[in-house]
Amino acid sequence: MRTQSTILVGKTIKQLMRLRGGGSALPGLVAERIDPGFMQRTLAQLPRGVVLISGTNGKTTTTKMVVELLESQGLTVFTNRTGSNFTRGVTAALLGSVNALGKLDADIAVLELDEAHAVHFVRRVKPTYSLFLNVLRDQLDRFGEIDHTARLLKTIAEATTDGIVINRDDPRIGSTAFYGDVSAKTVRSYGVDAQLLKLFPSDDSMREADAVVTTTQSTILNNDTSLVSVDGQSAVIRYADTDHSVSLKLKGVYNVQNAVGAVALTRLIMQADLDESAMFTALESVEPAFGRGETIIVDGQPLELVLVKNPSGFRLSLSSFDSADTAIMIAINDNYADGRDMSWLWDVDFESLVQQGVAMVSGVRAYDMALRLDYDKVQFDTVNPSLSAALKQFLSTHSDSPKRIFCTYTAMLALRKELSKIAEVEVIS
Amino acid sequence: MTQKSLRILQLYPRDMNIYGDWGNTLTVLRRAERHGISAEVIDYNPGDEFPKDIDIVIGGGGQDSGQLKIQDDLQQLAPTLRELAEDNVPMLAICGLYQLFGHFFKTKDGDMIKGIGILDIETYGSNERLIGNIITHSERFGDIVGYENHSGLTYLADTTQLLGTVTKGAGNNGKDHTEGACFNNVIGTYLHGSLLPKNPVIADWLIEQACMRKYGEFTPADIDDSLAQHARETAMNRPR
Repeated sequence: MRTQSTILVGKTIKQLMRLRGGGSALPGLVAERIDPGFMQRTLAQLPRGVVLISGTNGKTTTTKMVVELLESQGLTVFTNRTGSNFTRGVTAALLGSVNALGKLDADIAVLELDEAHAVHFVRRVKPTYSLFLNVLRDQLDRFGEIDHTARLLKTIAEATTDGIVINRDDPRIGSTAFYGDVSAKTVRSYGVDAQLLKLFPSDDSMREADAVVTTTQSTILNNDTSLVSVDGQSAVIRYADTDHSVSLKLKGVYNVQNAVGAVALTRLIMQADLDESAMFTALESVEPAFGRGETIIVDGQPLELVLVKNPSGFRLSLSSFDSADTAIMIAINDNYADGRDMSWLWDVDFESLVQQGVAMVSGVRAYDMALRLDYDKVQFDTVNPSLSAALKQFLSTHSDSPKRIFCTYTAMLALRKELSKIAEVEVIS
Repeated sequence: MTQKSLRILQLYPRDMNIYGDWGNTLTVLRRAERHGISAEVIDYNPGDEFPKDIDIVIGGGGQDSGQLKIQDDLQQLAPTLRELAEDNVPMLAICGLYQLFGHFFKTKDGDMIKGIGILDIETYGSNERLIGNIITHSERFGDIVGYENHSGLTYLADTTQLLGTVTKGAGNNGKDHTEGACFNNVIGTYLHGSLLPKNPVIADWLIEQACMRKYGEFTPADIDDSLAQHARETAMNRPR
């Protein structure tokens, strides 16, 4: 009876919020307050359990990949797509998916959770599997230090029952201190071949002249999944002594790395039942997640939204997306979800934009960004903190060329909303 | 007039660089250029030979693990750095190195990390982190805007010159409204954000002190600081 009234209240708020046009997590918050057991009761029904994906960068895209890879194996998957990766975001997503009796029609849940919220989550729900992507400098105003973030992730690893998958190339996650003493039955690793490591500099090597990446901590575990070569969106993934060539729709070397992680996790979950060819076909057709390299067509020209939220993500985005003949806008907000501290902009090298310059700089912290560009000798045409006005001008001034907007999280949400008034934008709820 | 040139030392950029510390070095470099002075950045990491003829020293913040990595090396370097400080070399030490420029950092577990005693300050670890936008008022520099993120609480001796008085935020210890500490031309502070881009007056002061010491003169150029000015105004009106 309690479940049913919780669902009724939650669903009603969700509909009201949709009419108002905002807030993906509020119905979850209310449901958590009136019925704290709702989430774990509902998730406990799933025959194949709960998969948790965490790390600093790549959670949303990797989660999307894992969902589609598991669906290719015939599973019905529940996931939290909104990027509101708090426990109440999970509850909100559950409210949208259960029927009035509280039955969730799914075999397995694949959830992305932010490091801090994942710790709260695992106190209530023990994940069956978890995947650890990386620990990078991000939102230090919330987490303090990245060593602290690594400790949060370790708590999740320790709570996982059946198996964990680790990125062996991450200096913290790939060390035995992280995975050596967990109680999960299986520990698997994924990573890239040594000669490719230079494509994935860690924060630790950020200010080193020759970005020397040490491989000493990298332990290749039994039954590892590896990236052996990459050329643009084409890659060769190796496991069990067999190479598989894939051609992705997703851009960015970091997404190739995430794909290897998604494959490693899918192999672990499906075990002997794995349908390899279905898995790779699905991998090749994964489209970017919203705001993560997502393309929106405006007036017949592509506009890419690229989420940037920390130094390594911004650096990799700049090096992964070819900027020639593309008009560039950068939108930097400093709301709570973006991180309030602007220091991170100074850890990104913008010299790759010197040649072509930046058309528009926007967001609450537009002038911090403009100042940053100025000190890297990057020319910019206009600074306008108002996102709607800046977007309008950017679109009209560069109506004939492909466009790309690098944006922080809340700037991305605001820009998508503006764009939905004039173009086809997928609704995420 | 001969071309003036400055040698800027980045102290421990590999291990102590956590909060956009490159922004401080870059700002000094670019502003020196705009003042018509050629500048060169030299990195110093543990085990390196300490370079000669350094005109400005800039050091950043680190994680606890970074502080441990540089601790021994810093003690070896202590006499050299103290000599430079006595000799009026301008220095900027942020956060982690600010703490270690003092007498000691006593962690919350009671471990003592020895500092180099250039600044007459003591720091004690705490369970609380002081995090957020901060504004400090200084007689010399006016309003200084920045961002703080530290769990160490720093206390000044009675005679220690402070950098400024906190008007918004926590500062050295969240209690006495002081922020930062100075000795000769050495400035230590918790402020990043990064500090110098949005506080060009401090960057110019470091350059000026370095030029006065080396050449006995400094003629500032008229630099357009409207971007920094706008960025400061925004920062001063944001939530903590």
